[in-house]
Amino acid sequence: MTTETAPAETRAGRERRRLDEGTIRNLGLVAVLVILVIIGIITRPELYSDPTWVRNNFLTILQQASAIGVVTVGMTFVIIGGGIDLSVGAIIALAAVWCTTVATQSFGAVGMIFTALAVGLGVGLVNGVLIAYGRLVPFIATLAMLVAARGLAAQISGKQTQISESSVINGIATTKIVGIPLLVIILAAVVAAGWVLLNRTTFGRRSVAVGGNPEAARLAGINVKRQTLLLYMLSGLCCGIAAIMLTSQATSAQAAMANLYELDAIAAAIIGGTLLSGGRGTIVGALFGVLVFSTITNLFAINNLSTEVQNMVKGGIIVAAVLVQQFRYQSLTQLFKR
Amino acid sequence: MSSLSRRRVLFGGAAVGAGALLTACTSNDTGTPAQVNQNSGDANAAPGDKVVIGFTAPAADHGWIAAITNNAKAQAQQYSDVELKVTEAGSDAAAQRAALATMIAEKPTIIVMLPHDGKELNSAAEEAMRAGIPVVNLDRAFPSRDAYRLQIKGDNFGMGLAAGSYIGEQLKAKGVSNPIIGEIPGIDSLELTQERSDGFNTALAVYGFKVANRRPADFTIDGGQKAATDLLQALPKMDALWNHDDDQGVGVLAAIKQANRSEFFMVGGAGAKSAIDAITADDTVLKATVTYSPSMASSAISLARLIAQGKGMSDLVELQVPKEITLASETITKENAAQYAKLGF
Repeated sequence: MTTETAPAETRAGRERRRLDEGTIRNLGLVAVLVILVIIGIITRPELYSDPTWVRNNFLTILQQASAIGVVTVGMTFVIIGGGIDLSVGAIIALAAVWCTTVATQSFGAVGMIFTALAVGLGVGLVNGVLIAYGRLVPFIATLAMLVAARGLAAQISGKQTQISESSVINGIATTKIVGIPLLVIILAAVVAAGWVLLNRTTFGRRSVAVGGNPEAARLAGINVKRQTLLLYMLSGLCCGIAAIMLTSQATSAQAAMANLYELDAIAAAIIGGTLLSGGRGTIVGALFGVLVFSTITNLFAINNLSTEVQNMVKGGIIVAAVLVQQFRYQSLTQLFKR
Repeated sequence: MSSLSRRRVLFGGAAVGAGALLTACTSNDTGTPAQVNQNSGDANAAPGDKVVIGFTAPAADHGWIAAITNNAKAQAQQYSDVELKVTEAGSDAAAQRAALATMIAEKPTIIVMLPHDGKELNSAAEEAMRAGIPVVNLDRAFPSRDAYRLQIKGDNFGMGLAAGSYIGEQLKAKGVSNPIIGEIPGIDSLELTQERSDGFNTALAVYGFKVANRRPADFTIDGGQKAATDLLQALPKMDALWNHDDDQGVGVLAAIKQANRSEFFMVGGAGAKSAIDAITADDTVLKATVTYSPSMASSAISLARLIAQGKGMSDLVELQVPKEITLASETITKENAAQYAKLGF
C-alpha cells in the first residue's frame, strides 16, 4: 500500500538531495573521527606503534559505543517521528534490575533476556499510550517515566547491586566471533535493522511522515497515533537490548545504572543529523555520532586528560553540529540580511 | 473487523500473560545481614529511659547509603528502649530540610542525620539544636560546631592514605622502581573524591610514586566498567590500581576480566561484602580494600541512645559521649578478611 500522496517527482527529487546532504554530513563526521585518531597518533605514538594495541583500541571504542549505540537507534526513530524519549536511561535500569532479580535469574538466561525485552517494550508501550492516546507532551510523559521507572527499579532492587550469576549473560561481554566482540556484532545488527526499517519499509516512511507533518500524515491516511505508539515501543525494545548488554558488561545491575544515557543518545542523534523537530534523520549518522563521543572519551583516556575538559569538548561539538544544521537551512544571503 | 479483534484478543492475552509472568519476577529476597552491635554484657546495654530517635538520610540507590539506613534500623531494633522514626529525605537538600522541619515538630528525643550536604543543611541542624533536640551528625560534616552534639564520620583523606600506603609497601616489597599506577575515583566533582585522591597522592609521594592515569567513574557498576575499560586501554601495562568504591568495583573487576588482564593488583574502597569475599577467595586482582564503613550508622544510633539517656562510653573516663568521632580507615587483606567478613555490607 502507498501512503505517499505528495507529488511524486518533487518528492523524489527532494529525497535525492536529502540523501546527498546526509552523505556529506556523514563524510564530515568521518573526517572528525579521522582527525581524532590522528590527534591520538600524534600525542601517543608509542601506543599507536603497536598494531595489536591499535586493533584492540579500535574494538574497545566500538565496544564502549555498543550499548549507547543501540539506544541511539531507538532514540533516532522517536525523534524522527517528532517525539523525544527522556526515559531511556531509566528504562535500561529498570529492565536490567528486573532481569537480574533472584526470581528472574532462576529462569536462566532465556528468562532474563525475555524479561529485559518485555520490560523495555512494556515501558515503551506505556510511554506511547500516554503520548499518542493520552495526548501528553512527549517531553513531560517521558520525564515522568524517567522518574517513575528509576523509582520502581530502586524499589525492586532494594537499592542493592544485583549480581548476575548467569554465565550465558555474563559471557555476552567476553564472547568474540572471528575476533569481533559479540557486543559490537549486536550493535551492527541493530544499526543494520534500523537502517532497513527506516529506509526500506513503510514503517520508516510513515515515521518520517508523522514527524514531518502529523496533520498531513493523518490526511494521507496514516494512523498517526498507532505509529507514535510503535515508535516509543521500538525505543523501549532498544533499551531492553541495551540493558542486557550493560548487565553483561558489568556482570550486575542496579537502579542507578545507565545514568544520563538519554542525554548521550539525544546528543549523538543530533550530531548525526537528526532534526530535533522531527521528519528527518539518519541511522548511519547517529552511529557516527556515538562513535565520535566514544573516540573522544578514548582519546582523553589515553592522554590522561580530565573528564571536565572532555565534557566541555562534548558540549562544544553538540553546539557546532546544531549550528551546521541551521546554516544549511538558511542561505548565506539570508544570514547577511539580518 | 473480526480478524482484527481476534488478533487484538491474542495480543492482549499475550501481554497480560507476560505481565503476570513479569510481576512474579520481582521477588528478590537477598537478605543482606546488617552491621549491628549485639554487645549485651555491657552495663550501657541495660534498658533505660525511652528514647525516640528521628533518623533522616538521603534516598539514594547507592549500596552504601542503603546500608546506612538498614544499619540504623537494625541497630535500633537491638534496643527495647529505642523507637526509631525514619524519614526519607527525598532527593535533595531542600527536601531534606522540609523533612527535618516536620521531624522537629514531632519532638523526638534526639535526631540522627546524614545530610545531603553538610553546608546546605547546617542551619536546619542549628534550628533543631536550638529547639532542644540534640543532633547526631552522620558522615557529611556540618561546618558550625553548634549544629551538632555528636559528629561521627569516616575519613576520606585517611582512606586514600591507607590505599596509597598499601600500594607503596607492596610495590616496594616487589622491588618495582618505576611503577605504573592507575586510579578510578567516584564522582569527581565531589569534595570527598578530592580528599580521597589527595590522601592517595600524599601516601604515594612518600615512596616517590605517582598516578599514571586517572579515569573517574560515577559510583555505578556500569560507570566503573566503562572507566576501567578506558583505563586498561590507556595503560597496556600496569602495576597497581586503586578503585575508590567497591560498589562500582563490581564493574571494574568485570572490565578487568573482559580485558583478560592480571599483571597488576588492585585495591578497593569502602569494604563491601562482595569485595571482602573476593579478597578472601583470592581469585581476582583485588588484593585489599580500605574501609569507609556504613557501620558508622549503627554506632550513631547506639551513641544517640547513650546521649539521650545521659550515659557515657564505658571505656572512657568521661561521663558523656565525646563530641567528635572520626573512624579510622582500615586495610582489609586476605590475612584479616575473616575478621571483617561480618562488617561487609
